[in-house]
Amino acid sequence: MGRTHTLRDIAIGCLVVAVLAAIPWMLPGKAFQDFVIRCASMALFATSLNLLVGYTGLSSFGHGLFYGLGTYSFALLMQKTTVSLPLAFLLTLLISAATAVVVGAICIRLRLIYFAFVTLAMQMLAHSVIISWVGLTGGDQGLQGGIPRRVVAGIDLGNQYNLYLFSAAMLVIGLLLMRHIVATTFGTSLRMIRDNETRAAFLGISVWRVKLTVFVLAAVFASVGGMVMSLFVSGAYPELINWPISGDAIFAIVMGGVGSFLGPTVGTMILLLLNDVVTRQTEYYGLALGLIILLFALGLRRGVLDFVTERLGGRPAGGVH
Amino acid sequence: MDLEALLGCLTTSSCVVTQTVSGLIVGMLLFLVAAGLTLIFGVLKIVNFAHGTFYMLGAYLAYSVFAATGSYVLGVLAGGLGMAAFGVLFERFLIRRVYGANVLMQLLICYAVVLICDDLVKLIWGPDFRAMGMPPEFQVPPLFIAGGVVPPFYIVLIAVTLVIGGALGLGLGLTRVGKTIRAAAINPDMVSALGINTTLLYSMVFAVGGMLAGLAGGLAAPVRSLTPGMGFSILIESFIVTVIGGMGSIAGALIAAVVLGLIRSFGTIGFPLFTEGLMYIAMIIILVVKPSGLFGKEIV
Repeated sequence: MGRTHTLRDIAIGCLVVAVLAAIPWMLPGKAFQDFVIRCASMALFATSLNLLVGYTGLSSFGHGLFYGLGTYSFALLMQKTTVSLPLAFLLTLLISAATAVVVGAICIRLRLIYFAFVTLAMQMLAHSVIISWVGLTGGDQGLQGGIPRRVVAGIDLGNQYNLYLFSAAMLVIGLLLMRHIVATTFGTSLRMIRDNETRAAFLGISVWRVKLTVFVLAAVFASVGGMVMSLFVSGAYPELINWPISGDAIFAIVMGGVGSFLGPTVGTMILLLLNDVVTRQTEYYGLALGLIILLFALGLRRGVLDFVTERLGGRPAGGVH
Repeated sequence: MDLEALLGCLTTSSCVVTQTVSGLIVGMLLFLVAAGLTLIFGVLKIVNFAHGTFYMLGAYLAYSVFAATGSYVLGVLAGGLGMAAFGVLFERFLIRRVYGANVLMQLLICYAVVLICDDLVKLIWGPDFRAMGMPPEFQVPPLFIAGGVVPPFYIVLIAVTLVIGGALGLGLGLTRVGKTIRAAAINPDMVSALGINTTLLYSMVFAVGGMLAGLAGGLAAPVRSLTPGMGFSILIESFIVTVIGGMGSIAGALIAAVVLGLIRSFGTIGFPLFTEGLMYIAMIIILVVKPSGLFGKEIV
């Protein structure tokens, strides 16, 4: 992937933000903006998980740890200290990275299903800590009280439209950075480890170091998604670090397609749309969603975007085979 | 954290007896569920994320049959047999299509089944808690052992689960079918080449796994409140059990389940909000020190 591709991606990203900026002028009302904010948060999270699952072959069931950690660290820093919003943002990235180094060092030497379980256990351990440390986190009531000091450089992120633009920009920047990561030589090593770990090791790739690096990078991007959510819900709640949040991300990437870079983003949109449409129609959300999943999973046997790319006869999908 | 209460409990015999018995109940029920999970994984290399749903459906089935016939034994049997049939259907129509597929695809299929069954339970039995109540034959005064109160039903429950566990162990160890199942866990291609119908064998493994979970659900029904979604916590716990005991090892599941049950019952006294955290810590330590679990074989 050369310079021209990078420039093209940046141009597309700018265009998307510009279009999104214009839409509320034509389509007033909060529903669409809410949808985009939630989408941005979840898509950042799901795409970061796909760095592990689709590109490196590390099936993590506990990636929600870093999403939830992002919401809680950010909300706690804003509520309990006096640091400014950008500084809290950077500190949260650091906290997530540091946690990911420790968690990753423990987890990544385990294989397949064991890796999946120990990551899930790590997330549930964090969830237990948050539930039981009532004094700091508010326990199962969550961290209420809002996010103060939202005005950054004259822009008030408490304003719905500003938060909407900020979320869209975060999503585009995050996607561009992750796109860049998978396009570098580092990204090639990831795919080589996924396809044949032994060969990668023979060719002189330090498998352990590459895996740990991508684990930390994925955690950092997941926590950005968490921070967007924290701003949106004005706090942090235990549901944001509980197991279904990881389930949603896995759902999004498998639905959208692990082999396409934008698959997780498409999957997120499908998931949230299903969520919104189905809950409006019926109280039996699980029944409807379950049937739709079965239809997709057994019918297509791959993600939607992977299916489309293969049908269009495009480049072979580079995901999990 | 309340270490004083824990210490106080550990030094009074009545508290130790009560907590040990309730820990054994939790552990033995957990063992039945985890044994099926570990058996399915050992033979088919499939992690059945819908296993908690088998337990839930078994409990509801037992509840309804008990309400209709008044016989607790019939209720438990209905739970077990019903879930054996459900396991066969589940394997035949869903899981069989994703053998060898990405583990996330298998997870997604099971997740869908969990969502569907939870809602079906809501549709049929309503979204509220249901209580089966103690069957009349067990409504007798409790026993007192060293000052601790022990309902006779608990003793029966532990005995029955031990018998089921023993039957499973003997069945796998001594019978022809059991030996075939163990052989299929080691080398399915060879078993297939020897002319044994592995398709049928796989259905059978799911039937046994489903039956164990259904029996556990039925046995647990008098002492647990039934609610849609009750399968999830037992699923997570039986995962912890199978991982600690070693995936594929029945004996490991038994020991891990009892240990976990005791951690739970004594943990609620010392660390009421952090009991689950204790279990996760136990699991993480085992996985880090010995990734294959206490009794598991090295799996690449």
